[in-house]
Amino acid sequence: MNAPDPYLSVRNLTKHFAPTAFSRGPVVKALQDISFNIPRGQVVGLVGESGSGKTTIGRSVLRLIEPTSGEIRFDGKDILTLGAGDLRRQRRNMQYIFQDPFASLSPRMTIGQILTEGLDIQRIGNRAERRARAEKALAAVELPVDAYDRYAHEFSGGQRQRIGIARALTLEPEFIVADEPVSALDVSIQAQVINLLRDLQLQLGLTMLFISHDLAVVEYICDTVIVLYLGRIMEIAPAASLYARPQHPYTQALLSAIPSPDPRKRSKRQILKGDIPSPANPPSGCVFRTRCPHAIEACAGVVPGLRETEAGHLKACIRDDIPA
Amino acid sequence: MEAPILRIAGLRAVFRIAGRDIAAVQDIDLEIGSGETVALVGESGSGKSVTSLSIMGLLAKKIGHIADGHISIRRRDGSVTELTGLDAEQLRRVRGNDIGMVFQEPMTSLNPVYTIGEQIAEPIRIHLGKSHREAAAEAVRLLTQVGIPDPKRRAQQYPHELSGGMRQRATIAMALACNPTLLIADEPTTALDVTIQAQILDLLADLQAERGMGILFVTHNLGVVAEIADRVAVMYAGRIVETGPVSEVFARPRHPYTIGLMRSVPRLGQATALKAAGTPLPTIAGNVPSLAMLPKGCSFAPRCPMAIDACRAVVPPLFQVSPTQASRCIRWEEL
Repeated sequence: MNAPDPYLSVRNLTKHFAPTAFSRGPVVKALQDISFNIPRGQVVGLVGESGSGKTTIGRSVLRLIEPTSGEIRFDGKDILTLGAGDLRRQRRNMQYIFQDPFASLSPRMTIGQILTEGLDIQRIGNRAERRARAEKALAAVELPVDAYDRYAHEFSGGQRQRIGIARALTLEPEFIVADEPVSALDVSIQAQVINLLRDLQLQLGLTMLFISHDLAVVEYICDTVIVLYLGRIMEIAPAASLYARPQHPYTQALLSAIPSPDPRKRSKRQILKGDIPSPANPPSGCVFRTRCPHAIEACAGVVPGLRETEAGHLKACIRDDIPA
Repeated sequence: MEAPILRIAGLRAVFRIAGRDIAAVQDIDLEIGSGETVALVGESGSGKSVTSLSIMGLLAKKIGHIADGHISIRRRDGSVTELTGLDAEQLRRVRGNDIGMVFQEPMTSLNPVYTIGEQIAEPIRIHLGKSHREAAAEAVRLLTQVGIPDPKRRAQQYPHELSGGMRQRATIAMALACNPTLLIADEPTTALDVTIQAQILDLLADLQAERGMGILFVTHNLGVVAEIADRVAVMYAGRIVETGPVSEVFARPRHPYTIGLMRSVPRLGQATALKAAGTPLPTIAGNVPSLAMLPKGCSFAPRCPMAIDACRAVVPPLFQVSPTQASRCIRWEEL
C-alpha cells in the first residue's frame, strides 16, 4: 500500500449529498473517510453493491462531482484546489469509460466526431492530426478505420463499448476511470473487452480505477481490490490475496453469494439476511454489523479502522477470530 | 403418465420488420414437469425472452406473432389447454389462474399508485372470486410466505417505499396469488445485488418445494442456472442448441457454443492463475449474428472453432447424445 510515490492518492474522502431546493429528506452519507493509493501503471478495483459509493468515488477523483471534504492528489498535485482552467488541462490526463454503451454515445454524432470532441475541447492538433489520433484509437480497440464516418447505432453493444474505450484513449491519458465497463455486455463479449482493457493498460502503462459490482469480473484486470460497503472501505488487498484469503465477513459473503457455474457446488452459499441499510441512516459503529453473521456488541460502538492482517492486506473489522 | 405442466412443440415466433417476417425463435421444443425447474439460457437476441413471452401470449401484437407450433399447459384441475388458439379473454383467464409471471424489473411490474397489498389482492378477487376482505388477508399471508418482515404494514405501503429485493419478493407473492401450476421467471434476479439475488433464488427453491409448481427460469447467467435448475436449454440465434439435465450439460457440454459460453464465465480464483501466466481470458470470437441475416446452415458456424463445410450447408437437427441430453451440432461425437 505504501509505495513511495503513488500516482493517485485519495485521503479521507467524504461526500455527503445534502437535500436541495427540489428534494426533501436527510443528508445521504455516500462516502465516509475513504483513503487509498494507486501506484503508477497499476489497476485498482472498486467493488461493492448498490449504494456502496463506488461510482461516487470514481466521479470524485475526476472532480465530476465536488467532494464534501478530503484530498485527491494526482502526481502530488491536489486537484480539489485547481481553478477551472487548470482543471481542464489536468483532465487531459484523466478519462472516464461509462457503463452503458448505448447511453454514453450520442446518436447524432459520427464516431469520428465522438472521438475527436475531446481533442477539439483541449485544442490539440489540427484536423488531420485529430483524425489520425482517432484512427489510431480505433485501431487500438480493434475496430475498422471506416467506423470513423459511421454512427453508434450501426454497432453492437460490444463494439460500442470499444468506441467508448477509444474515446477515452484519443487524449492519450495517464489515468482512466472505467465505471462498470463490461456490466451491460453479454458474457462472451465481456471477456473480449476485459482482455482488450488489460492489453491496452499494459501497452500504454495506464493507471486505472476499475469499478464493478462483480468480484468475479475484476479479478483478472486488477492488481489491488477495494471492497466497499455503504460508503466505507471494508477490505483492501492485492487481488491474489483477496480471492485466496478474504478476511472481512462482508467480502466473504459477497464471494459466497456469486452463483458458481458448477452445479456440484450448489447450496454451499452463505446467505446474508436483510437489506443494505439506507446511506441516509447508516448503522452506528461498523456499517456492516446489521447483516454480519459474526457481529458482537462491540461492533456497534466504534467505526473499525483499517488494519493490516498480512502484507498489503487490510480489513476494517475488529474481530480476529473469523475463519477465512 | 401425467401430462407435463408446459409443453412447447415446434414453436416459431416471427417479427414483421420492414415488410419481412423475421423468425425470432424457431424449432422450439420444451417440456416442464410439475416441481421441475427448467432454465432457458442465452445471450442478448438468443430468443429466450421471446419464447417466454410467446407462452404468456404477450408478444407485441403489431409486430410479432406465433407463426407455427403448439403451446399447451396442464391446469390445476388436470385438464390440458392449448394456448395458441385462444382469444384474448380465454388467454387472460388461463394466465391469471394457472401461470404466474415474474419479470426483471420489479419497479416496472408494480403499479406505483396502488399499495402492495391491493396489487396482490387484485388477482385473488378477479380469478378466485374472493371478497375484498378475504383477498386482503390472503395478500398478507402471501407476503409472509415470501419472507417480507412486518407484512401487515408492508401491505399498506407503495412500491417506492420498498427496497429492490423487497419489491421482487412482492411481485413473486403476486405471481403466486392464484396458486399457479407454472411460474415463468424472466431474469428475476438480474437487476438485484448479488447478496439479494442469493436470497431470491433461495426463496424460489423453497416455494417450489412447498407448492410443486413448474418453473421456467429465463436467464443469461450460467451460475444462476447451475444454482437453481434441474434441466437447461441453451439458446443461440433463436434456436435451442443444447438441452439436458444441468448435471450432464455442465459436466460435459456437447455443443461448441455451450462450451464457449461456459469458458467465458469468470470463475473465482481462476483469473489470478491466467494473469500470472500471461494468458488472456477465454472468449468466443466475433459477435452474435443479426436474426435478419442469419448465415446458412448452423447459425454458430461463423464463430465456431470446429466449423467445417458441412456445418454451413444445412441447419443441424437436435441429435440425441444421451437418453436425456441433445445437441444441435453435427460434430457432437468429437466433443
